[in-house]
Amino acid sequence: MSEQHEAMEGYNFAYLDEQTKRMIRRAILKAVAIPGYQVPFGGREMPLPYGWGTGGIQITAAVIGHDDVLKVIDQGADDTTNAVNIRRFFSRTAGMATTTKTVAASIIQTRHRIPEQPLREDQVLVYQVPIPEPLRFMEPREVETRKMHALREYGVMHVKLYEDIARFGHIATTYSYPVLVNDRYVMSPSPIPKFDNPKMDMMPALQLFGAGREKRIYAIPPYTKVKSLDFDDYPFEVQQWEENCALCGADNSYLDEVVLDDEGNRMFVCSDSDYCEERRALGEHGGFTGEQPDLEEQNHVA
Amino acid sequence: MISVENIDKSFTLHTQGGVSYSVLEGVSFRVKPGECLVLNGPSGAGKSTLLRALYANYKVDRGHILIRHNDQQIDITEAEPRAILAIRRSTVGYVSQFLRTIPRVSALDVVAEPLLGLGVEQDVAYEQACTLLERLHIPERLFHLAPATFSGGEQQRINIARGFLPGYPVMLLDEPTASLDARNRQVVVELIEEAKARGAAIVGIFHDEEVREAVATDYLEMTALESAA
Amino acid sequence: MSPELDQSQPLLTVNGLSHYYGSQLGCSNVGFDLYPGEVLGIVGESGSGKSTLLKCLSAVLPPSEGEVIYRDRTGLPHDIYQISESARRMLRRTDWGVVEQNPRDGLRLGVSAGANIGERMMAVGARHYGGIRSEAESWLDKVEIDLGRIDDLPTTFSGGMQQRLQIARNLVTRPRLIFMDEPTGGLDVSVQARLLDLLRGLVAELGLSVIIVTHDLAVARLLSHRLMVMQRGQVVESGLTDQVLDDPQHPYTQLLVSSVLLP
Repeated sequence: MSEQHEAMEGYNFAYLDEQTKRMIRRAILKAVAIPGYQVPFGGREMPLPYGWGTGGIQITAAVIGHDDVLKVIDQGADDTTNAVNIRRFFSRTAGMATTTKTVAASIIQTRHRIPEQPLREDQVLVYQVPIPEPLRFMEPREVETRKMHALREYGVMHVKLYEDIARFGHIATTYSYPVLVNDRYVMSPSPIPKFDNPKMDMMPALQLFGAGREKRIYAIPPYTKVKSLDFDDYPFEVQQWEENCALCGADNSYLDEVVLDDEGNRMFVCSDSDYCEERRALGEHGGFTGEQPDLEEQNHVA
Repeated sequence: MISVENIDKSFTLHTQGGVSYSVLEGVSFRVKPGECLVLNGPSGAGKSTLLRALYANYKVDRGHILIRHNDQQIDITEAEPRAILAIRRSTVGYVSQFLRTIPRVSALDVVAEPLLGLGVEQDVAYEQACTLLERLHIPERLFHLAPATFSGGEQQRINIARGFLPGYPVMLLDEPTASLDARNRQVVVELIEEAKARGAAIVGIFHDEEVREAVATDYLEMTALESAA
Repeated sequence: MSPELDQSQPLLTVNGLSHYYGSQLGCSNVGFDLYPGEVLGIVGESGSGKSTLLKCLSAVLPPSEGEVIYRDRTGLPHDIYQISESARRMLRRTDWGVVEQNPRDGLRLGVSAGANIGERMMAVGARHYGGIRSEAESWLDKVEIDLGRIDDLPTTFSGGMQQRLQIARNLVTRPRLIFMDEPTGGLDVSVQARLLDLLRGLVAELGLSVIIVTHDLAVARLLSHRLMVMQRGQVVESGLTDQVLDDPQHPYTQLLVSSVLLP
């Protein structure tokens, strides 16, 4: 199921030098100690451009060990460019075992999704974060946002949600939906769909967030309260679909719309490709009758 | 009600080389409830200055001006601004020759405002204001217009209504009948008589001899002082 | 509104307040008491120190010397530069209001009028959208802005409307003390009159205490009970508004008053 690779010569284990890893681990420890608080760290230049997950990679590099098994997803899929590249990066620099199976992974680095399969205490979820500051939309000054966090002045977060309701009749924010962590810090969950927000609450796995460009690390320790912001009369709600997954028939997973042809035919399939595959392996199926894409082959492009 | 003790008032014009001239020197008098003291004298004798000093609009150089307010004698030459405002709110009314209009505020609001400030119910205040305006022959169509566009006589009557409506225990009147016709002059004389009858102490300047003689209980003769350098 | 507080206690007490910009004097040795319901005007030319003084009073610029004591709703005095920053900022969001000369500094231009009014309510914990919205509507009504504009951005408003929106945004938490810096600056005369009229009404109706900085003596006369005249950082004269304007004592005040053009 998982693949073992040989590490390239000339690199320290997992690319970063040990001093840098210690520095990042110290930042992670602080982040875990203050759930939701953004800890600045000395982010390094990585051999990838910003926006490709440099924050997440540095966290993964700092916490990964020889016995770990790494899974990397991008928008729920293991087989997209970003995920493939990052997996290959750790294969080459650390000789890491990698997997596409959620259950088999000890570290899951993710861009924009949380796996559908509930995570366990012995797993770590590493998020790639483009904009760590949830207050940035309302307040451009960093000095001021830090003060607002320090003094717990979070009224402006609701101003944004108010605007949504005033304009669209409901809270139209669908991703990067702000949360309150441990009743203290307002935090951006990274651009995951708000569908995934409830999974963060009391999650048994450790959740780490890394922003490479802005050089911030934050964390949600296992079993921590995570509440999505809302109004009493407009409570938080997740997206719902009228369809089930066309491939596996799941009615409780986050669906992607796939356009099939120029006639406008389309289908909805699980965004979490591993989840979909596992279900189909168990004999579940959806309404799609066409030829099934060979996911097995695609997953092994790397 | 009013007790003026030995007041001096001079003006120093710093913008004109610091020239200084004295307007009032050693003025003293008392006015009891129900009395109307008329200030008499040629123009430049300091009648309006004295009246303004009684309203604390002008500062005196020396002396005391005691006014009975809420059963206390208060020296307005020493009182804090908020104490003076309190006295103006409930004790001392001032009717000047000219109305200082406030943009967009209707005649009725101008007249009713002091009553509302005293905590009178809105309906009651407006009803009383209407009655008094009618008595002063202000046409009803003007009630809801801002007085800035009114004629001089109309503005003055608005001013009179505003000054007389709350029934202040002390009234200061600076030529209230200056631009009024005989009919309205008579109404003002009646208003003054009514104020005296309810025990108001009045100090006034009237250029009109007929009015002066009708309302005065006493006179204070004033003369212009020599300009002192 | 009958204030729960003893009216004979000052709301704000200022003692020996000075501010220096390096060796440059901002304002010097200013002291006064402000009582509930009082409107204090601070007049003077540009550079006279009135804006520096306003900043020191409204807790944005710590003074070099002196103290500003604010008496809270329970009657307890607080030196506003001795309390914690969080308490100070809370004060500015709840008990105090600040109306800036330029509405751009006092409004959130990126969100609707309704959200601008609602912000302070949400900042103190309001979490019911319907409740926030109806309160915003009632304030729009009070400041004479068409309710149909509630979801419009303030950038689509005229200068006078922006200023009225700023006032609504401040008053929604029922503050006790409002600081205003040239609130009618930059507005057309006709728009000024309407704004002043509105302010006069609200101040009286809500029993607000106001400290207003202006170089416009007509504005000062219309709104304030008392005046402080400033020149080169010093208060050169103070007293009842009409007394200061009608019988100015200090040479500088006389110059100011005599320089006003009458229409």
